[in-house]
Amino acid sequence: MFWGNRKTLKMNYFPDEVLEHVFDFISSHKDRNSVSLVCKSWYKIERYSRQRVFIGNCYSISPERLIARFPGLKSLTLKGMPHFADFNLVPHDWGGFVYPWIKALAKSRIGLEELRLKRMVVSDESLELLSKSFLNFKSLVLVSCEGFTTDGLAAIAANCRFLRELDLQENEVDDHRGHWLSSFPESCTSLVSLNFACLKGEINLGAIERLVARSPNLKSLRLNRAVPFDTLQKLLMQAPQLVDLGTGNFVHDPSSEAYNKLKSAIQRCKSIRSLSGFLEVAPHCMSAIYPICANLTFLNLSYAPGLHGNDLTKLIQHCRKLQRLWILDCIGDKGLGVVASTCKELQELRVFPSDLIGAGNAAVTEEGLVHISAGCPKLNSLLYFCQQMTNAALITVAKNCPNFIRFRLCILDPQKPDPVTNQALDEGFGAIVQSCKGLKRLSLSGLLTDQVFLYIGMYAEQLEMLSIAFAGDSDKGMLYVLNGCKKLRKLEIRDCPFGNEALLEDVGKYETMRSLWMSSCEVTLGGCKTLAEKMPSLSVEIINEIEQMEFSLDDMQKVEKMYLYRTLVGHRKDAPEFVWIL
Amino acid sequence: MEGSVAYENDLHLKATELRLGLPGTDEREEHAVSNVRNNKRPLQEGGANGKSDSQNETAPPAKAQIVGWPPIRSYRKNNFQSKKNESEGPGIYVKVSMDGAPYLRKIDLKVYTGYRELLQALENMFKFTIGEYSEREGYKGSDYAPTYEDKDGDWMLVGDVPWEMFITSCKRLRIMKGSEARGLGCGV
Repeated sequence: MFWGNRKTLKMNYFPDEVLEHVFDFISSHKDRNSVSLVCKSWYKIERYSRQRVFIGNCYSISPERLIARFPGLKSLTLKGMPHFADFNLVPHDWGGFVYPWIKALAKSRIGLEELRLKRMVVSDESLELLSKSFLNFKSLVLVSCEGFTTDGLAAIAANCRFLRELDLQENEVDDHRGHWLSSFPESCTSLVSLNFACLKGEINLGAIERLVARSPNLKSLRLNRAVPFDTLQKLLMQAPQLVDLGTGNFVHDPSSEAYNKLKSAIQRCKSIRSLSGFLEVAPHCMSAIYPICANLTFLNLSYAPGLHGNDLTKLIQHCRKLQRLWILDCIGDKGLGVVASTCKELQELRVFPSDLIGAGNAAVTEEGLVHISAGCPKLNSLLYFCQQMTNAALITVAKNCPNFIRFRLCILDPQKPDPVTNQALDEGFGAIVQSCKGLKRLSLSGLLTDQVFLYIGMYAEQLEMLSIAFAGDSDKGMLYVLNGCKKLRKLEIRDCPFGNEALLEDVGKYETMRSLWMSSCEVTLGGCKTLAEKMPSLSVEIINEIEQMEFSLDDMQKVEKMYLYRTLVGHRKDAPEFVWIL
Repeated sequence: MEGSVAYENDLHLKATELRLGLPGTDEREEHAVSNVRNNKRPLQEGGANGKSDSQNETAPPAKAQIVGWPPIRSYRKNNFQSKKNESEGPGIYVKVSMDGAPYLRKIDLKVYTGYRELLQALENMFKFTIGEYSEREGYKGSDYAPTYEDKDGDWMLVGDVPWEMFITSCKRLRIMKGSEARGLGCGV
């Protein structure tokens, strides 16, 4: 009896406010989720104190339930379409509309301050409603979204009085060339971050100059192509405190006065650590930025056309402190060698292909990657598009860099074997997963058999996301992964010979995952139906590309695209005609 | 979309391409864009299939036909294609007309490093002399003035803007002659 009392005393001893204060120190979503599972009292305290919520799949929960559980919500992150939508594998209008969320939040008493969206459909109407509904709204980040125009941006600019951040990354925006920038009132002086690099249209140059001039807290500014060189120079004069700069048009005549003015303006910008843009550039222009290269930690030249090996290496030789580098493969293997010998602090490297029509001109091979691995031991994140890869190279890379968290390799020719041995790349990727014990994300390419999946299942204990294309021989491949990777959250597969047997072996597994995508595989309609029947907590969507008037209900028919995800709110009501939810 | 455009660009390469196989047969050419199942191979022969596929198939354009490959965000793809056409690509060819000449010519602006080279080339091509360029008076000392049509459709005097800006905005060239030409030089 006494023991019982003492135990309950311990649990309830701390008043709620103290626990709440303790929870304030817990910011990670995962930890917060765990805390809420301890007991009813902790659940209650946690939910009242939670300010930031991350929802990886907007269809897994409803806005109403979100609002009911977290009345103190200030920051919401939502993701909509599945990842393969980035590559045109998901038809437009599939879904992922943000409007219902904004509408529900606007009706509630939630004091939303920050909204971060990825791969969602955002209408001008939603932006306008957003701008008018939350007095303290501070931050809007849109990544890979679509559906809005500059009119929506004008509403945000005009109505969000305390706006700190407007960050548009790689969105498809219908540019009405309206004066959205002029919609920022004269009283708006709170901007910290402004990124409109993805906008294609002209902007009012006077407006951006005045806006920057009255934003003393501006730390991050990324311009679009329409901003010419001499405007850039004027902006830099107004904002020497910038930490992150994205240039627009960077073409100039080196003998011109504008060039000299820019050089001196840039030299005053002693805080710039991150540089991107160069959306229009000529090789001789880059010398203007040499003065700030020494302190750069992030350099993104992946949108800069026309800069070739030598131009790039000359520049990079000045960047000894670089931690993240995004670049085009024009840098070449030799250029990557220069990166390897210069950038000893490098943690993240992304090499994008400059040749997209596959004419066989990809300029980097396994050599470049090996150089990097040898020179940059801190490397933990890689995205590498290349002409070819060998097992030997991958094994070397695995040995040199055991710290990979993200490893995404794309050999441009699908199913290409090791060109030296003509073998599949199983051993190479096997070495990667075996050596990199912290690997969370992996994308495979090249010729691959079931064997690579055996390795992944055996060794990739921390793997959370796996992307597979044109790989494997049989259902065994997929089964190795499903059975072995206990922490798997997202699995996306295209063009692999995996069928119903693999899909249905362990249906409970999908409840532990966020989602599964399978396209051009061997699963049939019957298999998907069986899965949907057995697992009511999943939403199993069949996406039909072509308008099939007589959509055959034949269970033996192979399914072109299937996307399934766990959900607490049943089937979504906004699915278009071409989506069939089983 | 992008796939088929790219394929058309490469058609002229296909005619001269060496391949194994009978003329008129082209393995991967006509596959429907989303039908890539045939690319999967059972691989019982342990890798040999993969290899023979690439031996028979030397036509790179077939890759462009696979939807969603390479896996690059469409934003980046779209952005890059248009820029490639503008500033890299196989050259910036513009028509050149000369007042009084029976036919037009075409030149690749990328071949020249600056105005001096370009004007010399034009002089050689059409057998005439262009005068001295000055900011104030245009080209004086000759009956001719080199002009170009820019992106906005306006006719501009060659030489005013930086070279890089010129080659990206020049749509066509016209060598004006006579009184029209002289008119350009005088402060308008």
